[in-house]
Amino acid sequence: MSASDFQPVIGLEVHAQLLTRSKIFCSCSTEFGAPPNHHTCPVCLGLPGVLPVLNRRVVEMAVLTGLALGCEIQRRSVWSRKNYFYPDLPKGYQITQYDQPICEQGRLLIDGEGGERAIRIRRVHMEEDAGKSVHDPVRGISLVDLNRAGVPLLEIVSEPDLRSPEEAAEYMRSLRDLLVYLGVNDGNLEEGSLRCDANVSVMPKGSAQLGTRTELKNLNSYRFLQKAIELEIARQVLVLESGGKVEQETRLFDAERGETRSMRSKEEAHDYRYFPEPDLPPLVLDEGLVEAQAKALPELPRAKLERFRTQYGLPAYDAKLLTSERPLADYFEAVAAGYRDYKKLSNWFLGELLRLLKEQPTPIAALKIGPGHFAALLSSVDRGEISAGAGKEVLAEMFRTGAAPQTVIAERGLAQVSDQSAIEALVDEVLAKNPSEAEKYRAGKRQVFGFFVGQVMKAMKGKANPQVVNELLRKKLGG
Amino acid sequence: MQLFELSMLELASKLASGEVSSVEATRACLRRVAEVDGKVKAFLHVDEKGALAAAEASDARRKGGKPAGPLDGVPVGLKDIFLTEGLPTTCGSRILEGFVAPYDGTVVRLLKEAGLPIVGKLNQDEFAMGSSTEASGFFPTRNPYDLSRTPGGSSGGSAAAVAAGEVFGALGTDTGGSIRQPAALTNLVGLKPTYGRVSRYGVIAFASSLDQVGPLCRTVADAAALLQVIARHDPLDSTSAQLPSPDYLAGLEGGVAGLTLGLPREYFVEGMDQEVERAVRAAAEELRRLGAKVVDTSLPHTRYALATYYLIAPAEASSNLARYDGIRYGLRAADAKGLRELYALTRERGFGPEVKRRIMLGTYALSAGYYEAYYLKAQKVRTLIRRDFEQAFKQVDAIISPTSPVAAFKLGEKVDDPLAMYLMDVFTLPCNLAGLPGMSLPCGFTASGLPIGLQVLGRPYDEARVLRVGRAFEREHDFAKRRPPL
Repeated sequence: MSASDFQPVIGLEVHAQLLTRSKIFCSCSTEFGAPPNHHTCPVCLGLPGVLPVLNRRVVEMAVLTGLALGCEIQRRSVWSRKNYFYPDLPKGYQITQYDQPICEQGRLLIDGEGGERAIRIRRVHMEEDAGKSVHDPVRGISLVDLNRAGVPLLEIVSEPDLRSPEEAAEYMRSLRDLLVYLGVNDGNLEEGSLRCDANVSVMPKGSAQLGTRTELKNLNSYRFLQKAIELEIARQVLVLESGGKVEQETRLFDAERGETRSMRSKEEAHDYRYFPEPDLPPLVLDEGLVEAQAKALPELPRAKLERFRTQYGLPAYDAKLLTSERPLADYFEAVAAGYRDYKKLSNWFLGELLRLLKEQPTPIAALKIGPGHFAALLSSVDRGEISAGAGKEVLAEMFRTGAAPQTVIAERGLAQVSDQSAIEALVDEVLAKNPSEAEKYRAGKRQVFGFFVGQVMKAMKGKANPQVVNELLRKKLGG
Repeated sequence: MQLFELSMLELASKLASGEVSSVEATRACLRRVAEVDGKVKAFLHVDEKGALAAAEASDARRKGGKPAGPLDGVPVGLKDIFLTEGLPTTCGSRILEGFVAPYDGTVVRLLKEAGLPIVGKLNQDEFAMGSSTEASGFFPTRNPYDLSRTPGGSSGGSAAAVAAGEVFGALGTDTGGSIRQPAALTNLVGLKPTYGRVSRYGVIAFASSLDQVGPLCRTVADAAALLQVIARHDPLDSTSAQLPSPDYLAGLEGGVAGLTLGLPREYFVEGMDQEVERAVRAAAEELRRLGAKVVDTSLPHTRYALATYYLIAPAEASSNLARYDGIRYGLRAADAKGLRELYALTRERGFGPEVKRRIMLGTYALSAGYYEAYYLKAQKVRTLIRRDFEQAFKQVDAIISPTSPVAAFKLGEKVDDPLAMYLMDVFTLPCNLAGLPGMSLPCGFTASGLPIGLQVLGRPYDEARVLRVGRAFEREHDFAKRRPPL
């Protein structure tokens, strides 16, 4: 058998930090980047005698996410303790949901190989994050930062429905976009606000019997996710082809060495001794909460993409890019309300605007260009009041200062002269000064035309409407 | 009668009239501690400065005509399980030696707001695991009625301190009888309220689904008054009941006429002390004479209660005690090499044998492959035990029984026999499993002068009626007036 005879089977477990202001069981801030142990209190430090009090926002976000994933929202769910010792786990257990999670049986649509695919979601549950251990090899000590301890997490577990590393990465991207759309996660993989483990196995093609799976950890970018799964599939195929058996184990992805390696075997697996958390009663949802979240559910990325194609007549490529982030899509629609050439608008967005945003990273919410101003600028270009080139310059200035396009055009003297008589006088002057060149043109040397355009533009300091210049020159040269 | 012998309410009325100041009462406590605590060993920490400062503030309020509450100025003690800001809080364990609480638990805050000076922190079995206070990580406490005997446990320090006149009242906690049993062994009134009635925030957890805070006092009325201070809904405790508390003193003298009291036949067992059984049956007879209808009742799953308790409580404890790992506070085996050894040595040195035994029991009961057979099964039996009570309370208004099968036993008598020690709670722990209110009050003495306790159990949140039954019995006797021969 060769590698192509095997079918990979992949499931992902994604941990998403929820964008609440305070932690899940205390009122400490969830702000990222504070000095170590700054956002802590007796509760998240796990001092003796403390008790958890559930943050209602966490439940709302879990329900919103569950609804967006088409899950069954459980009206009664149960908190459990997951017991293990680790220095950054202050209580010696993590409060999580185990056998009765808040959301079950959903699905996420992705662009898989061969079209749209529905990846089943097994469960979505809430839990608290642990702190962070920092190792100082110079002093030979380890330090613990508990700012992150108690930050709310949503764990989203897929069924093993993914069939290739590319699909796994696409699932991750789609899930990220969805969570960011819902406003429950900031989508930042680098800062660890979205983390992913993968369960990977292979089986002979056509088999109904799943192979033994391994769990991959430390997949903190799309590229690593895809790469780690590729490596693991290749490793498993090699093991099987050489007559071996895949061991059920947890493996760590090492990006530097480009390999996965065993972290702990099934025998070494923790016994987490789950049991219902006695400090928190079962979570019973009132219908009001679920209804409010259903109402708050925004248009989801795929629906928006479809609408951008039909309503604005955009190509799929444009629609996908424009709808990848909800603020960008909203901003596009705001500008489109005042400017009807949607394809041209899309070109300006995907060309100029994204370039500006890349040069100086700015959240859309903090963008200084008012949607009305953006639309007015494009209309000016269309009317020939300024050139497209000048339009880009104006947009850049609007991006910096938020000024109205007319102000920038006036201040910089970028207004384009379209007045026939003014241009005609100059055309005549240029032709009169260069009789020999005019002769060459009339004799068939068409390249000279560019020379005349250049002379006229120069005389008008670039502000002449090039279309008008072209027309007049052609008429006068009579070629 | 000397000042330190007064009940809380007697002292409160003298404070109100200005006959006595809180500073005088507090000094009386401190003198008494100096006199007798060398023998009784109830205190782990005396906060002379803090208590006197609180007493002065109380006297100023009383002078200004603005007392913080009816008990303003009455000095009390706290079991060392309560987080008390700025004071050492060890829970009777070496693993928390030197730990100073950085915050006040809810009941401590309520006591302070009500103006009660806190004289100090009282000894207990380590992490409240025990029935004799011999499992304290520091030293055993002695029974003021016989210094060779135990005051019971785990709130043995609280009981001994109140009985010996070192404080006017105290708070303890009761997971399987840890307020009621020591109250019975020291001639006190001890009340375990309904689970959820009093906040557990700032109370070091032993078994979270069973732990409850309550008063140990010299009279039923004192217990009612102290309960009044602490029985409040607390948003910091998600298991705290969102129910208003009634005025516990208002109906206290209502008597038992017209009430039906049940004597559960399962609570009179082979091997119990004959003197105890006689005293309790006499008390039942007396209540009948006072107008109660006393009937036989049955709680058929009682015999499973002990086994059920010793699966659930250790399971929760094994998890609750995981935080004592030497990383953030308390004892740390600084000489350990590596993380595993740090955990192992810290916990090996910090925990005593009874705590280790229960951590192992609980860890085992929760392990993969055993969870269903032990923990889950125990939870099901717990439901059956709760239903027993629900059935019984359809016929009766309260249940009466012995609190402890025996009077105070000798120190050292049961320390090497954990099962014999566990049996001390056989009548008290079903009440915790069912989450009900239960009280022990004095109902006599053995021939050798050891106190005997009568237990009254009530419906959920029916503390008022439990107190009323107790008071009806109490006012017919002078047990509560008796003081130990110290």
